[in-house]
Amino acid sequence: MASANAIEQRGPVRFWDRLNIGTKRVIWAWAFLALPIIFYAGIRFYPTFQAFWLSLTNWDLLRPAQFIGFANYQKMFADPIFWKVFQNTFLYLIIGTPVSLVISFVIAYYLDRVRIMHSFIRALYFLPFLTTAAAMGWVWRWFYQPVPIGVINGFLSSVGIAQQPFLRSVDQALFSILIPAIWAGLGFQIIIFMAGLRAIPGTFYEAARIDGLGDWAILRKITIPLLKPTTVFLVVFSSIGFLRIFDQVYNMTTNDPGGPLNATKPLVLMIYQTAFSSYQMGYAAAQTVVLFTILLIVSLLQLYVLREKK
Amino acid sequence: MTMASTQELAANRRDIRPGRIIAWTLLLIGGLIMITPLLFMFSTSLKTSGQVYDLKLIPAAPTFDNYIKVLSDGRFMQWFFNSTFIALTVTLSNVFFDSLVGYTLAKFEFRGRYFIFLAILSTLMIPTEMLVIPWYLMSSQLGWLNSYWGIMFPGMMTAFGTFLMKQFFEGVPNDFLEAARVDGLNEFTIWWKIAMPMVVPAISALAIFTFLGNWTAFFWPLIVTTSKELYTLPVGISSFSAEASIQWELIMTGAAMGTIPTLLVFLLLQRYIVRGVMLAGLKG
Repeated sequence: MASANAIEQRGPVRFWDRLNIGTKRVIWAWAFLALPIIFYAGIRFYPTFQAFWLSLTNWDLLRPAQFIGFANYQKMFADPIFWKVFQNTFLYLIIGTPVSLVISFVIAYYLDRVRIMHSFIRALYFLPFLTTAAAMGWVWRWFYQPVPIGVINGFLSSVGIAQQPFLRSVDQALFSILIPAIWAGLGFQIIIFMAGLRAIPGTFYEAARIDGLGDWAILRKITIPLLKPTTVFLVVFSSIGFLRIFDQVYNMTTNDPGGPLNATKPLVLMIYQTAFSSYQMGYAAAQTVVLFTILLIVSLLQLYVLREKK
Repeated sequence: MTMASTQELAANRRDIRPGRIIAWTLLLIGGLIMITPLLFMFSTSLKTSGQVYDLKLIPAAPTFDNYIKVLSDGRFMQWFFNSTFIALTVTLSNVFFDSLVGYTLAKFEFRGRYFIFLAILSTLMIPTEMLVIPWYLMSSQLGWLNSYWGIMFPGMMTAFGTFLMKQFFEGVPNDFLEAARVDGLNEFTIWWKIAMPMVVPAISALAIFTFLGNWTAFFWPLIVTTSKELYTLPVGISSFSAEASIQWELIMTGAAMGTIPTLLVFLLLQRYIVRGVMLAGLKG
């Protein structure tokens, strides 16, 4: 019995030994990749195709999905709320990205030269990045309350400025949500800008000084052009972040998500509500396809800008 | 030693010019403004409900009553445990699989390697929001709703981590791996014992990013959990705060409890975290 087992076991061992080194390594490689391939196929690619398919159906969790062609898309493009949401999403993007990048570049530029208490000051800017948006949404929400609760209105009234409605106003709410979103991301952008600044070889600056260029000329002619890869990365990274904004909006407007009057509602919140409050899964899938398309365009633009440089 | 300190001294002296002093002061003020929300959050969490309307930053009579009140019903401890367990498990999984795949793509020659690499990289273009509906369907069919696995499974491997690790493994000299092969080590051991220790900075960057991302994750946990025992801390804080309505001192206490752990970790590991973010940002 024991000897029979031993012979059986020797079979595969001998087979393995007979393989040459190259073949063995190929087998190792596919063994390493086996589980990841199943993961990426089952949890990334299949769901992606499924999302496209569902966007063409009327699936609502109760009845089985039925193919309805492009009806979801027609419904979406005819829906004024969708266009309002589309506009909001782009407002988050076209205000949030430039504002946060300009602020973080200026801070990184000066912070990079600071020696005294450098890591302490850097930590002050970096700390908000480590917070949870869900928790900070509530802190900022409290900040925006009217007197006698809210800190900002309390400060405004103490210096004699009129009360502001902030989150309660159709005009101010979106900006009131943008501020914490920008605030939370600054620390990351500053750190990345500083890393980019340090990667510029010192000889460039020395050469420029020998040529008699001033600080401003050096910034314009050397620092900013050489920082382009970093800047492009941050533009794309933060654009994607603002296009996908959700946590802050959801938590700062819980009693009327995306309100008042949809003034703050971004695309992802609309997707969430369509799918998980009204259970119109097919319609929500169509909205995710729109989000996908927008993000794809942003990513392709990045590739285009980077290629142009070479 | 003396060289360095002379240089430092010179650098410090260069800092002492009027323009520099103004820039430094403005940076410090800006930094203090940045942490004002956090300071107010902590300060209010130490106030009684009667003192909330007093907007002084330093509470007149600081008290930990709010923390005792919030902790006493046990939910926060449960959410804290859930978040820690989930973030740790997902981080370990990413460190293991992203490194393994990154290493395989960087160091093995086989047909289809480039295709696999492109396929994984292309998933970076797919936003989570597009996948949540199919994931939700999958989870409800397989009974994964309201489970740790249901919260964790989408993030067990990431293209970002794989790409990052591949970049770093490409820098590992082949000689070391060949020497180990001559010594008769198998490929798994070579990866784990020889290659992995050579990319520790990248591993720590990946671990920091994955942990932080999962610790603060909100969208998917909000969708996949409906029973309160399974909430993660961010989802728990959100639901707790909505319930607490206008008891701002309790809401601030909940928010503070979600913030304290990451702040503590940061204070302990500041240098590594900043370096890790720089590494990930530059290579990624």
